[in-house]
Amino acid sequence: MTEPKIRIQNLYKIFGAKPQSVLKEVEQGMSKQELLEKHNHVLGLKDINIDIPAQGVSVIMGLSGSGKSTLIRHINRLIEPTAGKMIVDNEDVLAMNKQQLMEFRRHKASMVFQKFGLHVHRTVSENAAYGLIIQGTPVNEAKQQSQKWVERVGLAGFEDHYPSQLSGGMQQRVGLARALATDAEILLMDEAFSALDPLIRTDMQDVMLGLQEELHKTIVFITHDLDEALRIGDTIAILRDGAVIQQGDPQEIIMNPADDYIVDFIQDINRGRVLKVKTMMSRGHSVTGPNIPATMSLEEALPLVSASDYKVGNVVDESNDVLGSITLDQVIAGLVRPEVTTNPESRYR
Amino acid sequence: MDFLTEFPEMGRQDLRDLKKSIDAGFREFSREFGQALETFFEPLLRFLVWLETLLLATPWPIILIVVGTLAWLGSRSLKIVIGSVLSFVAIGYFGMWEDTMSTLAIVSVATLVCFVLGIPLGILMARSDRAQTIVTPVLDIMQTIPAFVYLIPVVMLLGIGKVPGLIAVCIYAIPPIVRLTNLGIRLVEKEALEAADAFGASYRQRLFGVQIPLALPNIFAGVNQTIMMSLSMVVIASMIGVAGLGVPVLRSISNQYLALGLMNGLAIVALAIIFDRVSQSYGERLQKHRSGGHHD
Repeated sequence: MTEPKIRIQNLYKIFGAKPQSVLKEVEQGMSKQELLEKHNHVLGLKDINIDIPAQGVSVIMGLSGSGKSTLIRHINRLIEPTAGKMIVDNEDVLAMNKQQLMEFRRHKASMVFQKFGLHVHRTVSENAAYGLIIQGTPVNEAKQQSQKWVERVGLAGFEDHYPSQLSGGMQQRVGLARALATDAEILLMDEAFSALDPLIRTDMQDVMLGLQEELHKTIVFITHDLDEALRIGDTIAILRDGAVIQQGDPQEIIMNPADDYIVDFIQDINRGRVLKVKTMMSRGHSVTGPNIPATMSLEEALPLVSASDYKVGNVVDESNDVLGSITLDQVIAGLVRPEVTTNPESRYR
Repeated sequence: MDFLTEFPEMGRQDLRDLKKSIDAGFREFSREFGQALETFFEPLLRFLVWLETLLLATPWPIILIVVGTLAWLGSRSLKIVIGSVLSFVAIGYFGMWEDTMSTLAIVSVATLVCFVLGIPLGILMARSDRAQTIVTPVLDIMQTIPAFVYLIPVVMLLGIGKVPGLIAVCIYAIPPIVRLTNLGIRLVEKEALEAADAFGASYRQRLFGVQIPLALPNIFAGVNQTIMMSLSMVVIASMIGVAGLGVPVLRSISNQYLALGLMNGLAIVALAIIFDRVSQSYGERLQKHRSGGHHD
């Protein structure tokens, strides 16, 4: 595996009057509750270690109050941590001086916000050009350069509109165009689509995935929506009370949830649609049966396997080489939910 | 028993001495620095005199044309233009032209001074909570202390004339522009600012690119209030030697000239309304993003 683009190491964030004074106790394992009662400080993030690979979509998910928005703001240092390291391309963002940080924000990482963060006094094209204007590009030139992105996100013809004249979905397209226009390698998306209607959200996810296929940015995507996380994430880290409780491949998380919290979390997902054939297959020689692509969902594979003579199929990769096989039993096993805990203490929703 | 019914005040002699020493101290101060202060305000005086002379020397038809043009540039409304020109015609017809020009001169200069001092002060207050806690009570004092009270030291320092009048007007008129600049900047949406930060905006880019443009409606309300308040101060300013519409009002108070007072008073009102309408519609036009097809 290649060097990760972003390495978050032992990151702590404590909110309160004197965070440094209580850091030691938190490092030794003081809980959020205890910290609040004893020292009146709030634990924001606790010993976060995440490696974010280049050119992939890394999702950080958690419910509200889990610290996910705080965490993403540490990457471009909109929030200062109490302790820890934030290494981007082998450089510690937290060690940068004001000027370096400004350059980092201008060229290296751009951001899309939950509430869009558009400037209501600027037109669509001026908003899209904002990052370039901040870099020092003359306004007209900046508008020309960002025009491409305005068109790519589907806002051609709306250049001279003001944000207040657009719908939420269109406003977030402006936010996306603004973030893409700076050509930053890292795209930070803070619940970027959470404020949108479900249909428009799916629509925007498609727009983003389409762009990602050709741009290969390093995307850090924050969400509270598991379906969204599973749909777009190459890797997922789940945050609870400021700590990472599980991270890894989405398939892996569904098959082996780390604790009851996650079991609970993945209860309502459509397993057949999310789980892939490759997750359930057994490696080995080819069998007599239809060829099934490894990345096909169980839902789609089920009729194929079921219709075959021996209730079994060959799992193949993109170049049609056989990787192994999958039986009807294996498909069905994938659809079975893990057992729900009956302890009401551990219900979170 | 006496202790409860009579407030235990300080000795009469002591009090008199205290007041005397304050007065003497200030007299000493004004003897020492009066001249220097006068020199300091000299350019302002020159500018005010120059503007007043210019307005008085310009033929009235040209003034009418300028008034109409400015009203048009500001408001783009024919109704306001016609109203402004007609008001000036009436003012001239009833014999108040010269006084009106003097008042226009001092109000313009006072507004300019308030603008130049008030907006940076408001920005400073918005930037630092400490500045805000220091400046706010000072503004409270400026707005509530009776004008006559601060006229005394100003006149002691600078004598009677245009500059002390101008200072009195500014003391009274500057608070709204400072307050509303501060308020406007503080009310700017957090999200818009965070976006500016996330894209690496410098302090200047943040201030001039986001905070001030988004605070404009409030800043404009402040400018508007400042103009109104400086107009309302012209009568008091005329007590210390400022020429203008305040002088005949003052004369009519002491002589009970109802008509004279009323006419000049109405002339001040007319100026106020013209300034208000023109500046407000200009402010509205500056923010075209607020008008038109709002979505959800």
